[in-house]
Amino acid sequence: MKQLFAFIRKEFYHVFRDRRTLLILFGLPIMQIVLFGFALSSEVKNIGISIQDNAKDAASQQIIAKIQSSSYFHVKEPILNYTEIESKFRTGDIKCAVIFPANFGSDLFKKVGGKIQIIADASDPNTATIVTTYLTSIINNYQQELNPTTNISYRIIPEIRQLYNEEQNGSLNFIPGVIALIFMIVSTALTSVAVVREKELGTMEILLVSPFKPILVLVAKAIPYLVLSLIDFIIILLLSVFLLHVEIKGSLLLLFAESILFIITCLSLGLLISNLTNSQQTAMLVSMMGMMLPTMLLTGFMFPIENMPWIFRVISHIIPSRYYYAIVKAVMLKGLGFSYVWKETLVLIGMTIVLLTLALKNFKIRLS
Amino acid sequence: MKVLGFILQKEFRQIFRDKTILAMMFAMPIIQLIIMPLAANFEVKNVNVAYVDNDHSSYSLKLINKIAASGYFKIAGSPSSYREGLKMIEDGDADLVLEIPAGFERNLVREGSQKVNLSVDAINGTKSSLGGGYLMAVIADFNSSLAINFKSPQGTAQAQRASIEIDSSNWYNPRAEYKYYMVPGILVLLLTLIGGFITALNIVREKEIGTIEQINVTPIKKWEFILGKLIPFWIVGMIVFTVGLVVMYVIYGIFPKGSLLVLYLFAAVYLIALLGLGLLISTFADTQLQAMFIAFFFMMIFMLMSGFFTSTDSMPDWAKQISNFTPVTHFISVVRLIVLKGSRFSEVKNELFYLIGFAFLLNGLAIYNYRKTS
Repeated sequence: MKQLFAFIRKEFYHVFRDRRTLLILFGLPIMQIVLFGFALSSEVKNIGISIQDNAKDAASQQIIAKIQSSSYFHVKEPILNYTEIESKFRTGDIKCAVIFPANFGSDLFKKVGGKIQIIADASDPNTATIVTTYLTSIINNYQQELNPTTNISYRIIPEIRQLYNEEQNGSLNFIPGVIALIFMIVSTALTSVAVVREKELGTMEILLVSPFKPILVLVAKAIPYLVLSLIDFIIILLLSVFLLHVEIKGSLLLLFAESILFIITCLSLGLLISNLTNSQQTAMLVSMMGMMLPTMLLTGFMFPIENMPWIFRVISHIIPSRYYYAIVKAVMLKGLGFSYVWKETLVLIGMTIVLLTLALKNFKIRLS
Repeated sequence: MKVLGFILQKEFRQIFRDKTILAMMFAMPIIQLIIMPLAANFEVKNVNVAYVDNDHSSYSLKLINKIAASGYFKIAGSPSSYREGLKMIEDGDADLVLEIPAGFERNLVREGSQKVNLSVDAINGTKSSLGGGYLMAVIADFNSSLAINFKSPQGTAQAQRASIEIDSSNWYNPRAEYKYYMVPGILVLLLTLIGGFITALNIVREKEIGTIEQINVTPIKKWEFILGKLIPFWIVGMIVFTVGLVVMYVIYGIFPKGSLLVLYLFAAVYLIALLGLGLLISTFADTQLQAMFIAFFFMMIFMLMSGFFTSTDSMPDWAKQISNFTPVTHFISVVRLIVLKGSRFSEVKNELFYLIGFAFLLNGLAIYNYRKTS
């Protein structure tokens, strides 16, 4: 036991001596939380739009005023013809164009009806859909205002209640995702180089002739990173609560316990990678480049998993962060208890056991 | 120049000797480019709706059928109480619960209006707002069909009604398929990841192994050394880019609408800028781990801020500034413009100036910061 502590202490020295790495380790989550929380939103705002008003009558002006006053749009200078629309699209200045025909106002109350043309740049299909929807609803509202009689007809009025997120806090969905992503990448990458570095530098031989059991060597390597990851977790939680005003609804204790479990899962994965590779470069490339995008994509916080082809839904089941993300969402944001997340917890425990066993099996006692 | 030739020879040998790195550089981006667009889909479909029907009348049934038939929703179940509906949301089985109160049909006929409750799981902003929006639209549609059923016999004021017909068209991507937007973006990201990470690691590795000392005692000039590191990876990058374009065409049927020449011009300059960043990182870092994390740090910012995932238009101003200050933002937008819309050089030339600026800045700093003596 005493030896183990001495060994852990040595590993701690290793980690904490490297100030720059520490700076990045703590800077990274801070940056990410701030960026995700403030800069990114799935909302669409300030979309560049150009309006061609050939009618210039009261009705078209009123609609234009409504478009201008909406925060969704940023109205740029008017365009003259299709060629000009095309070239504005091509420079990326505008995402949408609205055209009023010359007789818009006069046709409005006639049988033909007023016509409005909306052209959206659908190279970004989501924005195009959203823009068209917004514009359509602005125009429909205007039409309703012109027709007060329609209000008398029978109506079903939906009352919307926003569960868990009354304030429509856009960062809410991202936070569990960022937490999961950081652990997944940072913890895995850190441990993935831990063993391989000793192999590369030749210090592994010394460890191997010592009377340590392989499992103790691995445990001692992992513990400082567990501590680091937990500090990261605390920083993220503090930032979310105080900077982004996210309320932690569930049990803090449960959240911590689950996080420790997930960090251990990631550390085990890192150890496995470390044991399977022969150079730091390879280990890092595997753990960073190989895992970054799949983790981002298949955790479910950026892209809905249920939209994906079946093969991805299947693959996403082997990504540990998927389960942790679900757990954090349930515990932290919805305030649910352990009875709601026991399945995910079991999966993570199972994964950890498998990964650790594999890591140990592949931990070569003899060097070639 | 002769020195440069030797350095290049050495670097190329090193690259081609390490099979893992080689596979990482070529196979991984291709595989990811093939796979990822399938997964990166922002389209929201199949919103799971659970309904609680306390009325069991012909109108509540009609409303539910209408929702089921709209194509946006999947009926997740019909719990018998709101509590059970909420449980479905908590378990993640339903995204929204529609509660139709008792007396729905009676009130609708007698009083002309009736409320229904819609509870949305608002944690996933996009899904809840779109799902809620879809449901509102379906209900609005249902309302108008009700209006015809009930009102048309007495409807005499119809003549004066104003009507607006909206004709909307989607350019460049008429079927609004997400892959067209995603694939070019992913190609840029992969190129960025490879270029950034591998160069960042390269010099540091020589530092860690100690071979850099041997190079430093030779009469090689700083710029020769940097160029020697840059050129091989630049060539690798251009090959990866080309392979990426081929994959894009073969798998996704996307062929650049604009000029290939202009596209390559941008790629060439972009790669120089990007590799400069990698080299700069490696002049700062002492260990590969540090280099990796610094690179990761920047890559993360690039990915999140470049407009790849979310539109830069909707960012606050300070974030737009940061976004403008990353080369990736400019390159992603150019690739999307040229590939999808066929933008001409004159329409995107400003972006080229940005990229040239980055190339000079980053490489200049890298040469400046590289010390031959430690």
